Amino acid sequence: MDLEFSPEDIAFRDEVRTFIAENYPAELRGKQDEGDELSKEDFLSWHKVLYKKGWVAPAWPVEYGGTGWTVTQRYIWSEETARADCIRLMPFGLTMVGPVIYTFGTPEQKAKFLPRILSGEDWWCQGYSEPGSGSDLASLRTRAVRDGDHYIVNGQKTWTTMAQHADWGFFLVRTNPDAKQQEGISFLLVDMKTPGIEVRPIITLGGEHEVNEVFLEDVRVPVENRVYEEDKGWTCAKFLLAHERVGIAGVAASKRGIERIRQIAANELDGEKPLLANPFFRRKVAELEMDLTALEYTELRTLAGEAAGKGPGAESSVLKIKGSEIQQRLTELTLEMAGHYGAPYFRSFGEGDNEHGIGPAWANRAAPTYFNTRKTTIYGGSNEIQRNIIAKMVLGL
Amino acid sequence: MDLSFTETQDMLRDTLARFLADTYDFETRKKMLASPEGRDPGIWRALSSELGLTSAPFAEEHGGMGGGAIENMIMMEELGKVIAIEPWLQTVVIGGGALKAVGGAVADAVIPGIIAGDTTIAFAYAEPQGRYNLADIGTTAKADGAGYVLNGHKASVYAAPWATHLLVTARTGGSRRERAGVELFLIDANSPGISRRDYATVDGFRASEVYFENCAIPGDALLPGGIDLIERIVDEATVAVCAEGSGIARKLLEGTVEYTKQRKQFGQPIGKFQALQHRMADMLIEAEQIASMTLMGTLRLNIPAAERKAAVSLVKAKVSRGLKIAGQSAVQTHGGIGITMELAIGHYFKRATMIESQFGTADYHLERYEALTLPA
Repeated sequence: MDLEFSPEDIAFRDEVRTFIAENYPAELRGKQDEGDELSKEDFLSWHKVLYKKGWVAPAWPVEYGGTGWTVTQRYIWSEETARADCIRLMPFGLTMVGPVIYTFGTPEQKAKFLPRILSGEDWWCQGYSEPGSGSDLASLRTRAVRDGDHYIVNGQKTWTTMAQHADWGFFLVRTNPDAKQQEGISFLLVDMKTPGIEVRPIITLGGEHEVNEVFLEDVRVPVENRVYEEDKGWTCAKFLLAHERVGIAGVAASKRGIERIRQIAANELDGEKPLLANPFFRRKVAELEMDLTALEYTELRTLAGEAAGKGPGAESSVLKIKGSEIQQRLTELTLEMAGHYGAPYFRSFGEGDNEHGIGPAWANRAAPTYFNTRKTTIYGGSNEIQRNIIAKMVLGL
Repeated sequence: MDLSFTETQDMLRDTLARFLADTYDFETRKKMLASPEGRDPGIWRALSSELGLTSAPFAEEHGGMGGGAIENMIMMEELGKVIAIEPWLQTVVIGGGALKAVGGAVADAVIPGIIAGDTTIAFAYAEPQGRYNLADIGTTAKADGAGYVLNGHKASVYAAPWATHLLVTARTGGSRRERAGVELFLIDANSPGISRRDYATVDGFRASEVYFENCAIPGDALLPGGIDLIERIVDEATVAVCAEGSGIARKLLEGTVEYTKQRKQFGQPIGKFQALQHRMADMLIEAEQIASMTLMGTLRLNIPAAERKAAVSLVKAKVSRGLKIAGQSAVQTHGGIGITMELAIGHYFKRATMIESQFGTADYHLERYEALTLPA
């Protein structure tokens, strides 16, 4: 056991660093740090660079297009991409449905979908939550009725992130209303261009259009697009949720977030001294670093367990809870730094006055980001649900 | 000791509450926010000239009801309950408070306009570098003949796009952060040399960056009292936003309890889950403490300055922390719908969040309290 990187790891880190420096799209630089909204093209431009290099899906098995990196190399990768402020790739294909397909899919499904997830040709969205089924996901009511070699799907999904761009969606649907809740659900891959699908925006507190409602009316889905057995889709859903929780910890991005707060607070004045010299403020930064370090090593232990063949289990709930709380505290601190400039709402700034900016650029999205980031303790299974999982699955209560 | 309201005070509260219930529903408020002016001026007209409510804290000699801090508290609490976007704090509490404190000709001249609804005031005190220290002022007021000339930049001036008058803090002498030399001026908002950049705020108000460039103002624009006067009116304003926060905390709690009775998951209303029950019990505890501290602060505004400042700082620190708990808990308990523009709860959360730091964060006020009361 050793915390230090080996010479090979250091060489790998340097390779990654050089690659990012030379290949990260110039037009994306700084966008993430300023909190700019990213377009589909923005996401895809970095995706395609990584695809070309063969680094787009480090966690996938090599046979399906993974990199074959060690746990340490994957750790280095996420550190370096966050350090360079690279945008995060959309997770719906790469870390959600991709692993479900290579784990549970048919050879035909693997051949059809995996290459297009890797190349970025297909943009995916997740049809899980419904208006009446949030935390209680298994109560979902979107119905799929078999009609020859098709399912006819009717129902409504909600909180569907980035569905406005999606080519494909993976949907949990009820195929057997008579079975016990979890036992009558199937996992379908749905072409979002199929007639009968309507996507309507939901605007969130910061004014963003990230999430949507998806209405399905007599949508015909070929049976061959069902992953795994009929009525056994909950197995895929649980597998995916456990995987989602690991990525959700966002350790590297939070490290970058703290680094950014350190930089800003070292320059922002509080009276005659930098804000970072304010004892209350610096204590909060120190506490965040303490908690983030604890999270980081918990994640590393989980990943080491995974490398040794233990799938992510209920422990991933620990990562989700602490990771989401830390992400929120980062936004609280940023809003605190903004002071009076937390108030101006950036979407209302008129055009044409280039002489007078309104506050420092980093402060412009502090409040909207703070509002928006309240989602992290709600999505991916709310933190209340995660604690239930720990109580039930780990503690046996 | 007597902590009960008078009949007149109860009546005032009822009048305002009824009026707001009729005119300030969530959908109407949304439309006001989206309009070019960002508000409905008819509401201000009704609150002032029609219902006479803006007269509450003013002396009878000016046409007022003879009330004071308690009346301000009552009004702000009710305005908070509907997350009103009216310039009440700026005009009645802050502008009115400054005028009452200095009295004399300027009070005689301006207060009747506030009561009638013709005069609205914005408080230009914050500066880009200043954070919450009221003496951290770079804006200058240079004596020039009988008057002054203003130069500087004021940040995030709430209600400035609607204001007929600006209440401005500026330095006639001394260096930045020095208490001596900071003065308060009441000026015509349309004085030559003033330019504004207007915007909406994240909590639904309209505000401006205000720039003074060789803005000449008359000598009697200075309201004598210096930093002590400014601290006093800001303490009054601080307690008033705590009262607004108190109204908001109640609505956050009410809305959350109501939602958890309706929303079903796992075959029962989510309000049946103990994890959520305890969270809402904590929200109630916070709402009660916010109300208690607001009342204490309101009743301690007229004591010697050092004690008043210590009391107000305890109030604001507690209220800021309570609002954070109440707002975050309300959103978390609602789930995703709490983060959308669709339900009122998210809008209460946004205003609660901005009150947390308005006139100083919990940390700022605890530090001020420590400096005033604990031996070094």
